[in-house]
Amino acid sequence: MSQSDVMAPDVAPVPPRKGLRMTGRGLWIAFLIVPPMAVMALFVIYPIISAFAYAFFDWNGLRRGDFIGFENFRTILFDPIYSGTFWHAFRNNVLVFVLLMIVQNGLGFVLAYFLWRELPGARFHRVAVFLPVVLSTVIIGYLWKLFFNPIFGAVNQFLKAVGLGFIAQPWLGQADTALISLIFVNAWAWVGFPTLVFLAGLQRIPSELLDAARMETDNEFTLIRRIIWPLIAPSATIVFVLLFIGAFNFFELPYIMVGLDGSPFGSSDVLGLMFYRTAFGNVASGNQEFGLGSALAVLMFVFIAVFATAWTIYLRKREIEV
Amino acid sequence: MTTAADISGKRGLLATYGRDGLIQIVLIANSVVMLAPIAIMVMSAFKGNMQIFQDPFGIPNFTDLTNFAMVVERSNFLRYLWNSIFVTGVSMALILSLGTMAAYAIARYDFKGSAFVLLFFMAGLMLPLKLAIIPLFILFRDLGILNTHWSLVAIYVAMGLPSTVFIMTGFIRTLPRELEDAARMDGASEALIMWKIMIPLCRPAMVIAGIYNVVPIWNDFFFPLVFIQNDALKTLPQGMTTFMGEYSTNYGALFAGLTLAAAPITILYILLSKQFINGMTSGAVK
Repeated sequence: MSQSDVMAPDVAPVPPRKGLRMTGRGLWIAFLIVPPMAVMALFVIYPIISAFAYAFFDWNGLRRGDFIGFENFRTILFDPIYSGTFWHAFRNNVLVFVLLMIVQNGLGFVLAYFLWRELPGARFHRVAVFLPVVLSTVIIGYLWKLFFNPIFGAVNQFLKAVGLGFIAQPWLGQADTALISLIFVNAWAWVGFPTLVFLAGLQRIPSELLDAARMETDNEFTLIRRIIWPLIAPSATIVFVLLFIGAFNFFELPYIMVGLDGSPFGSSDVLGLMFYRTAFGNVASGNQEFGLGSALAVLMFVFIAVFATAWTIYLRKREIEV
Repeated sequence: MTTAADISGKRGLLATYGRDGLIQIVLIANSVVMLAPIAIMVMSAFKGNMQIFQDPFGIPNFTDLTNFAMVVERSNFLRYLWNSIFVTGVSMALILSLGTMAAYAIARYDFKGSAFVLLFFMAGLMLPLKLAIIPLFILFRDLGILNTHWSLVAIYVAMGLPSTVFIMTGFIRTLPRELEDAARMDGASEALIMWKIMIPLCRPAMVIAGIYNVVPIWNDFFFPLVFIQNDALKTLPQGMTTFMGEYSTNYGALFAGLTLAAAPITILYILLSKQFINGMTSGAVK
């Protein structure tokens, strides 16, 4: 907000307009920009800067203690109590990202490519695939938690009904299927998003270009690989980077479906759950470790920011080379 | 001249129709997978535990509203719904008015530092507010608004402003200058010009910005989870966790609760699907 205070007097000498007093114009502009900027400064800029600062202090519950340098980071990364959980959760986040990249974005591209043909009913299919995107993650999480119920859940009931009863199992209750089930639900809920971003990219390809390309080759896969995919590269950049950010911020769906500890036995733990437990305590302990929580938040932020930026730059270059 | 149609014609009608048929089958199968869980949820809401166990995919008696009546009468469901409407409504009103104010100043006036102001808002698009949750928690405690709806409104307005300023600035820049110049000649004040002439023209962009922001705000679970403890103040997504805990063995009631919670935005989406899809993908597509 201080910026705009400084700005207001500067405003006056700029281009003089007829019939308007200088100070009046400056005041009017200040009136328009100061309130929204104040909101941003107070609730975005200040907390983000503080989030970094907090990580360097010792915290006693809600009270800030001494400056302790990188001690909190060391504890998270190397203290056996935290580091094991940290790397385990990190590996799970990587798995979530890789599998969603294949299932969610892969399927999204295929669906977009099919919808692009505008066959009868395409509009209906487009509305259907995007419906779960507008629903709350909480509703989706609880709905699928009920469906995954080992006794009466729709998933096992369906498998039995189609003669695949031998696959039926307690999906969320087993260490080796819990995370996969979460990834499946996330892909179901979000596949509409990459689908429609890819579709928008496809619809912007000039038809003359495609007609020309179709004369050169009869093979649809060559066409996709050489012409279509490079032309929709900007869509891919957005979808890939947003998925990366989302996968490493994965929190709400795991919280609802497998609980704060990533049950069973922490097998589906992710960094988002670990962060919440560390910062705000879990049901059992109620401990609030604001210093360690902040350090974890900073580590996640730096990791996401660095990789997302580097990857965006790489993907953007690829767009231009084509 | 050979056209694309001639080439596909060479492959024969069967190949074309066969391929289109296959694509159609995949699309139909996908729509079934997307809609079946929602259909099962709605149907289960009309069933009792026994029927859910024994006949999970059967058509229920749609006139039996026992489960819905129970959800409405014996839980805080309506309270949560009202809280969500209130918080979302106040946040959206503030986002749209503050966002339009800033965007209007940036787009319509040449003043020193206008590029900086735009950049200031754009920075907010990249900063993940969730990771600043601890400082926000302490800030709201110090401001005395922890455990009130105002903490949520504050965070949602901060979250929504960057995209709104971005969308609105782009749009307002495309509006012709002649209109306001004419009004200025007639002696209209700047405020009157903005309110009477420019704002009505901004409606299409406001709809896009509105939908882009209303979905994440209405659906948000994380910030209420941290900021709101009082059950009477919980929003719908957060209230669902309480509800799901209370009725953990009455499955029909659970499905009815989920159905009711999903209903408002689903109905809105079906009515305005085109605007929703454009609005929610506009940030990415532009």
